[in-house]
Amino acid sequence: MDGFIAVYIFMLAAFTGYEVISKVPVILHTPLMSGSNFVHGIVLVGAMVALGQAQGFMEQLVGFIAVVLGAGNAVGGYVVTERMLEMFKSSKGGK
Amino acid sequence: MSLVEISYFAAAVLFILGLKQMASPVTARRGIVWAGVGMVLATVITFVHPQVHGNYLLMLLAIGIGGGIAWKTGKEVAMTDMPQMIALYNGMGGGAAAAIAAVELIKQEPMSDSVQMLAIFGALIGSIAFSGSLIAFAKLQGIKQLRGAIRFKNQQRINAGLFVVTAWMALGIATSGTDYGMFTLFLFFALALAFGVMMTLPIGGADMPVVISLYNAFTGLAVGFEGFVLENPAMMIAGIVVGSAGTLLTQLMAKAMNRPITNVLFSNFGETTGEAQEVTGAMKAVEAPDAAIMMAFAEKVIIIPGYGMAVAQAQHKVWELVKLLQDRGVTVKFAIHPVAGRMPGHMNVLLAEAGVPYDIIYDLDEINEEFNTADVALVIGANDVVNPVARTDPNSPIYGMPILNADHAKNVIVVKRGQGAGFSGVENHLFFADNCRMLYGDGQAVASELIANIKEI
Repeated sequence: MDGFIAVYIFMLAAFTGYEVISKVPVILHTPLMSGSNFVHGIVLVGAMVALGQAQGFMEQLVGFIAVVLGAGNAVGGYVVTERMLEMFKSSKGGK
Repeated sequence: MSLVEISYFAAAVLFILGLKQMASPVTARRGIVWAGVGMVLATVITFVHPQVHGNYLLMLLAIGIGGGIAWKTGKEVAMTDMPQMIALYNGMGGGAAAAIAAVELIKQEPMSDSVQMLAIFGALIGSIAFSGSLIAFAKLQGIKQLRGAIRFKNQQRINAGLFVVTAWMALGIATSGTDYGMFTLFLFFALALAFGVMMTLPIGGADMPVVISLYNAFTGLAVGFEGFVLENPAMMIAGIVVGSAGTLLTQLMAKAMNRPITNVLFSNFGETTGEAQEVTGAMKAVEAPDAAIMMAFAEKVIIIPGYGMAVAQAQHKVWELVKLLQDRGVTVKFAIHPVAGRMPGHMNVLLAEAGVPYDIIYDLDEINEEFNTADVALVIGANDVVNPVARTDPNSPIYGMPILNADHAKNVIVVKRGQGAGFSGVENHLFFADNCRMLYGDGQAVASELIANIKEI
């Protein structure tokens, strides 16, 4: 990939992250931290690619560990975030 | 454009929209589901990724193991233990990013200089996030040997030295093309992991939320960097978005606790320069029946819950009490300090678990003026966050921390197990105030007594 395009992606993604979070109420800090923790679970995809091209025992072992950890991040992050957010209810009924 | 590329693009869009929706309590639930759909899409499509040539069985096995364990632990964890679980899952992500870098670097295939730099830098912060989060988890889990702040002589110098050596090795590997040896590579990872441990050891439990949030941002960055290495746009975007969102969130938390990040990481909590102010007056006890009458005939009651309430599992009883008061026409509000619970927003989760609707829960800025008009402020399991010395005593370690103005209410009732000081070890002057009464007992038992007494009125 053209190196400078990567810099643009970096900059735009950084601004996006900042804007998305900037007005969040304190009551949601914990679920939001957990939710953003889930989103970087996308590392699972990279771990799968790394394992998918791994050759030899050492690469396979480390790649395997990467996928185990990545899957833990993604699944665990989702489960706890969903459990927390499911409980937030308004007194007017509904969610 | 291939199906894989389209799917990664869709996943990135879903992540950003999902995060956006998670920023409001009304749409938050939908937000995590959208992000989840993006994750499933990206994961499934990766099986047909052009760079994936084999090891499919290993892949499925690894996903089964990691995902299975995380699913089970995530479903079973108590809401009070949520912060350390988030730390644990976050650490796994950091470890995964570091492991990806390790696989790429073990191959010793030529990479462009900038890519190699990103790979090794991602490995560094991913490793720190991994080992650091594990220590944070252990501390919050209450593992004895690690609880509290662990400090020794010249610690900061040793840590700084360790960091310089690790960073220097990273630079060396990054700029040596394919000439680095395997031993050097392994030593680098070992040092990076060690630094994560050393950096987290001196930080005490109260500051842990800020640290977890910081490591969350670290992991995001590491994932983003490895995304550049693998030329995977979904990882780049999701990683960097979380990196910057996490940094902002860390700042917000630190601000709410009145603890600049540098203080959290590098200084010692509770180092005071002068003598603490003398307390005057005495603590005055009250019995449950009298407290029940005070609340039942009040117009407005503000409840200040703290972590002690959650430990006593009293939140369900407290909500029952609130409903009784509401039936009598009393206006009841919850006032939540930003650091109530184990991390900002944690108390809201615990109250939500008990069924308390979020629109009677207010944070510090919204409710602090209202204490002047409240008849009763009920403090249950909270201590430092209502201590007026934070306003008045410059020598106090909690001086300057924003507090809930419970002392401005006409009457204050403090539910507390004993007479000890709070988490910070600072004597609470509120307890000695003229308008304050102490209601001694376990949170849950006291709430039950109050309920019984109000029902009899």
